[in-house]
Amino acid sequence: MLAVNDLGVSYGGAVRALRGVSVAVDGGEVVAVLGSNGAGKSTLLRALSGTLRMHKGTVDSGGITFDGHSLLGRDPAAIVAAGLVQVPEGRRIFGRLTVEENLRAGGMGSRDKGAKAKARERVYEMFPLLAERRAGRAVLLSGGEQQMLAIGRALMAAPKLLLLDEPSLGLAPRVVTQIGEVIAEINRQGTAVLLVEQNAAMALAVATRAIVLEVGRVSLSGEAQELASTDEVRHLYLGTGAGEEDRVQDMAQSGVAAKHLTRWAG
Amino acid sequence: MTLFLQLLFSGLSLGFIYALIALGFVIIFKATEVVNFAHGAFLLAGAFVTAKLHDRLGFLPALLIGIAAAALVGLLVERLIIRRLRGAPVISLAIVTIGVNIVIITELTRRIGTNVYSLGDPWRDQTVKIGAVRIAESRVAAVVVALVLIAAFFAAFKYSNWGVAMRATAEDEEAASLMGIRLGRVTAVSWVVAGALAAVAGLFLTAFPSPGLDASAAPIALRAFPAAILGGLDSTGGALVGGLVIGVAESLVSGYENQLLFLGRGFGAVVPYVVMIIVLLVRPSGLFGTKELTRV
Repeated sequence: MLAVNDLGVSYGGAVRALRGVSVAVDGGEVVAVLGSNGAGKSTLLRALSGTLRMHKGTVDSGGITFDGHSLLGRDPAAIVAAGLVQVPEGRRIFGRLTVEENLRAGGMGSRDKGAKAKARERVYEMFPLLAERRAGRAVLLSGGEQQMLAIGRALMAAPKLLLLDEPSLGLAPRVVTQIGEVIAEINRQGTAVLLVEQNAAMALAVATRAIVLEVGRVSLSGEAQELASTDEVRHLYLGTGAGEEDRVQDMAQSGVAAKHLTRWAG
Repeated sequence: MTLFLQLLFSGLSLGFIYALIALGFVIIFKATEVVNFAHGAFLLAGAFVTAKLHDRLGFLPALLIGIAAAALVGLLVERLIIRRLRGAPVISLAIVTIGVNIVIITELTRRIGTNVYSLGDPWRDQTVKIGAVRIAESRVAAVVVALVLIAAFFAAFKYSNWGVAMRATAEDEEAASLMGIRLGRVTAVSWVVAGALAAVAGLFLTAFPSPGLDASAAPIALRAFPAAILGGLDSTGGALVGGLVIGVAESLVSGYENQLLFLGRGFGAVVPYVVMIIVLLVRPSGLFGTKELTRV
C-alpha cells in the first residue's frame, strides 16, 4: 500500500534529516516507527503528507508511492484525498472551534455528504465523549480528549492509511493505554496505521512490524515482537532488559563515569 | 437633541459602511496575515467601474460589475503577488500592499482627474423624515444593505464550509492543510469577499450626502483601518463594533465642530485615529482581539 524507498530529506539544503530510509506498510497492518528526538520521525511523516515545503524541507532522493502512485510533489490536500491522513504531533486541534467543527474540518477534503455523515457517526461511536461535548470549544477538552479528537478528526477523511505522530506525547499512562486500544480498534475496522512513537512499549504492543530510526537512518527493522525482545530496543526504548541497576553497574564497571570526570577535569 | 439624533444616525450609517470595509480587512488578515493597505484601491476600483458603466447599463448591472471588478482586483493581488510571497515576513507583505495601493490609486486618480462622478444610484439627494430627524435615503439604504451583508457574512463564517475552513486555517495553517483543506482556495475566497465588500462600501461612501466619486475617495477608506484595528485585527465582531464606534465618533465631532473649535477645524477626520490610539493604550490587542486562552 505505502512504499517508501531509500528516502533522503534535507532542510534548507544543509541539514540532512533522513538518509536512505525505506519502510513499507501493507493494507491492514500497523507499522511502528521508533526513535528518539531528532531521529527524523516527524520528517518522515512530513514527507508523506506533503508538508515538507512548509518547513523549507526537500526530498533529495528516493521515492514514496501510495497504491502505486508517487506522492512526491503532490500537495497535502491531494494526499488526503488519496487516503493518507496524518494526526500531527502535539494534536494540533483547532482550539477555538467546537468539537463538531473540528470534525467538519477533518472531512473538508471530500464532498461526499453521505460518507461524511457515516464517518462522523463512527467517530462519535468510537469516542462517545466527543459526542457529549460536540458543541463545546475544543480547547477546553483534556489532553487525552484532545488526542481522541485529533484522531477522530483524521478519521473524518475516511483514510486508508492513518499516520499518527506521537499520539502518547504528554499523556498519563492510563490514557496511553486507551490510545493503544483505539489504534488497535481502528486497525481492526480496516485502516492501516503508521505509528510514530517514543513510547516503544505501547507502539510495539499494537504494531505488527516496526523500524527504529537513528539520526535519519533505519538502524533496526523487523517483526514488532522480535524487536521488542532485542537487547538494543529493550535497553534504549523499553527501559527493561538488563534492568536499571545492572546498567548503572555496567557503566561503573566499564569506567564511563570515571572517564567522564577526568575529561572535564582536564 | 434633534441635532444629536441626526448626528447619531448619520454616524451609525457611516459606521456600517466602515464596518463593511473593516470586515474585509479583518478576513484578509485572518486568512493570510496580510495587513492589506490596498483596500482603498479595491474600493476605488469598484466605484470607478460602477461610475463609468451606469449610464450605459443602468445602476444595478453597473454596480454588480463594479463589485465583480473589485473582487477580481482582490483575487489578482492575491494570486499574482501575495501567493508568490508566501512565507515572507508579515511586515514585507504589508509594505507590498502599500506599493500595490499606490500603483492602482495613481492610475485611477489619473483617469478620474478633476471629474466628480455620480454612481447613478436611485436615491440621489432624497431624504426621509423620521420624527424630527431628516436622513438621506442613501444612508438608510446603506444601513439596510450593510446589515444584510454583515448578517450573511457572519452566517457564512459560522456555518458554511468556507467559514469553518477559514477559521481552522487562521488558527493552524499546517494542521488545516493536513486535514485536506486547500489553503489556496480559502485565501482566494477571502480576498474576493473583501474586494466585493469594499466595492459596496465604495458605493455608499460616494453617494449623497457625499458629492460623488472624486480623487479623494480612496483616503476616506483609510478611516476604516482604525475601525478594524480598534476592534482587534483578527476579530470579525470587532470590525463591526469598531466601524460603528468610529462612524459615530467622527460624525459627532464633525457635527459639534463649532462647540469644539479649540480642537481646530476638520478635527472630525482625525477622530478615528485618536479613538484608535486611546483604545490601543488601554487594550493593546484591540477590543475583541485574541488573547490566547489555553488550558494547560
